[in-house]
Amino acid sequence: MTMLLELHDVSKQYGNNTIALSDVNFSVREGEFVSVIGPSGAGKSTLLRCINRMIDASNGEIVFDGVNALGLKRKELRNLRTKIGIIFQHYNLVDRLSVIENILHGRLGYKSAITGALGIYSREEKEQALKLLNILGLEDQVYKRSDQLSGGQKQRVGIARALIQNPKMLLCDEPIASLDPNASKVIMDYLKDISKSMGITVLINLHQVDVALKYSDRIIGVSKGSVVYDGSPRHITKEEIHHIYGSEAGDLIMDLGEDTDYAG
Amino acid sequence: MQDKFFLKKRLNSILLFCFFLAITYGAIIITEYNVMDGFTSVPEAFRWGISNFYPTQSSLEKLPNIMEKLIETLLISIASATIAGIFALIFAIFGSNTTKINTFFATISRFIATLFRNIDVAVWSMILLFSFGQSALTGYFALFFVSFGFLTRAFIETIDEVSNNSVEALRATGASYSSIVIHSVIPSSAPQMLSWLLFMIETNIRSATLVGILTGTGIGFSFDLYYKSLDYNSASLVVVTIVIAILLLESLSNYIRRVIL
Repeated sequence: MTMLLELHDVSKQYGNNTIALSDVNFSVREGEFVSVIGPSGAGKSTLLRCINRMIDASNGEIVFDGVNALGLKRKELRNLRTKIGIIFQHYNLVDRLSVIENILHGRLGYKSAITGALGIYSREEKEQALKLLNILGLEDQVYKRSDQLSGGQKQRVGIARALIQNPKMLLCDEPIASLDPNASKVIMDYLKDISKSMGITVLINLHQVDVALKYSDRIIGVSKGSVVYDGSPRHITKEEIHHIYGSEAGDLIMDLGEDTDYAG
Repeated sequence: MQDKFFLKKRLNSILLFCFFLAITYGAIIITEYNVMDGFTSVPEAFRWGISNFYPTQSSLEKLPNIMEKLIETLLISIASATIAGIFALIFAIFGSNTTKINTFFATISRFIATLFRNIDVAVWSMILLFSFGQSALTGYFALFFVSFGFLTRAFIETIDEVSNNSVEALRATGASYSSIVIHSVIPSSAPQMLSWLLFMIETNIRSATLVGILTGTGIGFSFDLYYKSLDYNSASLVVVTIVIAILLLESLSNYIRRVIL
């Protein structure tokens, strides 16, 4: 399989001495479901945002779909961003607009300045929005205002907004951190399902180690801005997880079965 | 350790209290203000107000005249606030951290807003009096400048507070700058901006009275005229109409706020 995303020696420095990322290297195959785990402040969010250049990396090379993202001009950058959907912890919807309007925002990247500003959407785009709402079980919420939805529903609108971009990749930044266990499972199942059935690559930041182990094809462990683990969830050991979180054995809330195996 | 912490806090409060007490006392001594006389003259002032400052039958004849001036003042206040609102929106979008194009333009628009806001409406009236003379235009511009400065500041805060998250989301979809502003910033912050605009209209009507006295226009001029010609009855009628107008406007804008927010 071909590589969709490759990071070579990516670093990010804030100011003179705050290092958020240092020499990060990894690549993601097309269709893969990859979880990034690590303690708060390890640089997981920065890592995700560097990929579509919401944050500019200080050094290194980020190749997405054969294009070096760091060298792009404004127009090309917009083009790159249409191919990458982001899902946020706090959903980041426009609360006062309806569900369907929020979803159609995902098409704005494809519009010229004028059609975008006027909000002119084609019939096909509207039909696709309705189709996605059906897939995500939101068919009764089409014209509701987004601030009347529950957290789980808001996150599904967020997913629909990302999917209507027809993205090659989804970046998810703690998508279930503000949700209860039920809604979390619904969201994770949708993400897994979408990844499988639509062949979309997913890179997801997670706080819940057990969730990451259960759903992912691969785990990337980040600590203090560096990748300290990169491998299958099946072979990860307790020691390696403790190494990622810099903790002593028994200090973490998690259940990793008897020994090393975790057959999700 | 804990005892010391609370002791220190209490000591700080006592020190602060003594500091303000000293300032007040110092100011009284320097200005030779007699506290007792100050308090005893309050009932005196009330007695004068009750015996002189009330509308009479004859002053009611001047009501049509007063109403005409009041409506002129109201319209100037509304016009200056709304037009200032349009300019403030543009400057706020360039000045806000969420939607600024670059730091240079952001600093400039913030600076202009600060300049207009921090010069008092009375000072603006006096300055503009030289350029426009005694006309409604002087009052209009004085109110316009102050409204513009204040609203720009208020709108910047609104944008930063309300639309940060959704702006990030739209930027991530590859949306253009104009699309982001129109589809995310404006819908999220419009109700709060409208609320600020209503507040500005109310404030302007209050200031318009003072501006009118200084520039010789509107309701403020009527008050000044009657007051100086010792026609206290008519002057009190002017005050009553202003109070009623402000109360009506406040209840109207409170109603609008309830509906939109």
